Amino acid sequence: MEMIVCIKPVPDPKQAGKMTIDRETGTMIRRDVPSVINPLDRHALEASVRIRERHGGRVTALSMAPDDVLPVLKESLARGADRLVLLSDRRFAGGDTLATACVIAAAVGHLGTFDLVMCGDETTDSGTAQVSAQIAEFLDVPNIMHVDDCGVSPDGDLRLHSRNEEGAFTAEGQTPMVVSVTADINEPRYVTLMDVLDSEGKEVLILSADDLPLEESWIGLEGSPTRVLELFEPERKSRAEMLSGTPAEQAAVLADRLRRLGFRNG
Amino acid sequence: MANRQPESRIWIFAEQRSGQPADVVFELLGKARLLAAAPGWKVGALLIGHNVSGTAALLENRGADEILVADNPGLEDYRGGNYLAVVDRAVRNYQPDVVLFGATAMGVDLASRLAARLRTGLSAHCIDLELNEKGELAAVIPWPGGDFLGRIVCPRHRPQMATVSPGIFDVPRSDFPEAEVLTIDGALNSDRGFYRILEKKPEERKPGDLENARVVVVGGYGIGARENWALVEELASVLGGVAGATRPPVDEGWVNADLMVGQSGRTVHPRLYIGVGVSGHLHHLVGVKGTELKVAVNQDTRAAIFDHCDLGLAGDYREIIPALIAALKEPRAGGDL
Ligand SMILES: Cc1cc2nc3c(=O)[nH]c(=O)nc-3n(C[C@H](O)[C@H](O)[C@H](O)COP(=O)(O)OP(=O)(O)OC[C@H]3O[C@@H](n4cnc5c(N)ncnc54)[C@H](O)[C@@H]3O)c2cc1C
Ligand SMILES: Cc1cc2nc3c(=O)[nH]c(=O)nc-3n(C[C@H](O)[C@H](O)[C@H](O)COP(=O)(O)OP(=O)(O)OC[C@H]3O[C@@H](n4cnc5c(N)ncnc54)[C@H](O)[C@@H]3O)c2cc1C
Repeated sequence: MEMIVCIKPVPDPKQAGKMTIDRETGTMIRRDVPSVINPLDRHALEASVRIRERHGGRVTALSMAPDDVLPVLKESLARGADRLVLLSDRRFAGGDTLATACVIAAAVGHLGTFDLVMCGDETTDSGTAQVSAQIAEFLDVPNIMHVDDCGVSPDGDLRLHSRNEEGAFTAEGQTPMVVSVTADINEPRYVTLMDVLDSEGKEVLILSADDLPLEESWIGLEGSPTRVLELFEPERKSRAEMLSGTPAEQAAVLADRLRRLGFRNG
Repeated sequence: MANRQPESRIWIFAEQRSGQPADVVFELLGKARLLAAAPGWKVGALLIGHNVSGTAALLENRGADEILVADNPGLEDYRGGNYLAVVDRAVRNYQPDVVLFGATAMGVDLASRLAARLRTGLSAHCIDLELNEKGELAAVIPWPGGDFLGRIVCPRHRPQMATVSPGIFDVPRSDFPEAEVLTIDGALNSDRGFYRILEKKPEERKPGDLENARVVVVGGYGIGARENWALVEELASVLGGVAGATRPPVDEGWVNADLMVGQSGRTVHPRLYIGVGVSGHLHHLVGVKGTELKVAVNQDTRAAIFDHCDLGLAGDYREIIPALIAALKEPRAGGDL
């Protein structure tokens, strides 16, 4: 199986609380919040590496990101990817999901034939959950989201289990395909120092817009149909009535009010 | 706009499973009706499936001017490419100005692919929609990292597309005039690009689900550890309610993702909401609607949640919540009968 896993660097979700935004531009002021690989993309990596371990093939980690996050993305190699491809170009900046998917799909096509593109269902930073299906559309192959189990049948088809709010289904489909995964698909492996050292010689390829069959009007801000018009404060802002006293006193007042409003009988 | 069609259209995707329209369809129809108040605007519901004439009847007086029905055995199950082929063709034929989808599994998948096929913009998980006199749609979304909302527009591409989470818009109470039902082309020219469904299992909806709960107690990152989660559950249970969570407890693995309330989780409509160790990001708060009383327990008096609720308790929840549970469990003092 020739597999490509799409990985996006995101601000560490555990420290996201530290970030603020520049109200004028809408961009995040990251302070010292480090980047990590989007958590669900680690599950996607793990799923692909497990398929390779059983059925052979190759796993390529693919990311569209500024090149200063390369060290963070190299974790994918320690997690078992055979090579890392970074799509880095100032002209990619500011892309919405359409422009992002367009660049990623162009890169997938450029890298040769593939059987499976794996993504996370959504990212923790902007989380539109649109990119995987859009990559599939640009590649003109089927896609399934919310996949929590993925295997290969004896005749080489993909066997997928997907679960969403409406229910679950098992599907079978021919490769090539695009799949996006949930956290239930696996427990990503623990990365040891040995894994990191072992991964040091692996191939890293950096591509720019000029290396890919793309037109300027498809990428970055120019290639993005959506625009952020403005940021504004929500209307409803009412300062809460703050209870006073010790924790026990505040709790007693609240319990009494809840009773009087009928939220607790007896 | 100079060359605007005399007729402008807002479409909503009338998602159905086994003939049953998704709740969000009625919500989207209600909103579309409000947006289409200006003269010359029509609301269309796009209904795709097999044997869905009964479904069309359920939608007839819910706010649409027309219901466009594609009925074909190959459309029985959603398999991505099959619905996409039909929606793509319909959009090219009728050229709606706006197309709205529920931010459900089916809606997000279909809308994403359609937007890519048509090379237009798609706004994700909107919490409000506005239409100006030029027919330009602005989609309102919570912005990460602060207490702001953002307006997203799609100035040069059509149709303008957006997804809206279930539970965000209210279902109108009154009936509307009967819609015209039109049959559209549901033919599938090839089976290319579809997967085969081998087996499906509908989700069993449990009573007491978060969405219907009268009382919701949400635990946030401030709960601090999985062991402490029991306090959130216990408070919810004493109040006859259901426990929910913000995203960090889900990310940390303290609770199941089904409990997440907010933009990427569930929308709840409790009479009473209690947020414990929740800072009050809009991503979370947009999922809490129509409450009578909103209470927050947070040790940081500057926490944003105190600007969005009715009653605030400042302090360590590990002291406040056990005391609250004890006080609620106590038999009522005084002379009540
Ligand atoms: C607050 C905010 C709101 C936004 N709203 C919209 C909107 O409504 N519509 C819109 O079109 N754009 C929107 N954008 C822009 C959009 O977030 C970017 O295009 C972003 O680069 C990709 O989207 P995502 O993170 O939402 O990806 P998702 O669709 O959530 O990501 C799913 C998967 O796709 C893969 N993936 C995504 N990005 C990359 C990448 N750069 N490299 C490799 N793999 C990747 C990963 O596997 C990931 O798990 C918004 C941005 C922000 C900050
Ligand atoms: C695209 C996108 C979608 C999102 N969707 C959702 C969503 O659907 N739902 C959601 O919830 N989030 C969502 N988020 C995340 C959201 O932005 C916030 O990060 C999250 O809601 C914060 O959760 P929190 O308030 O529990 O944690 P924090 O912001 O870390 O707040 C914890 C609070 O606990 C308080 N605290 C700590 N210890 C104690 C104690 N002992 N006693 C009392 N108080 C204490 C602290 O003062 C703090 O205010 C989304 C984010 C993005 C980017």
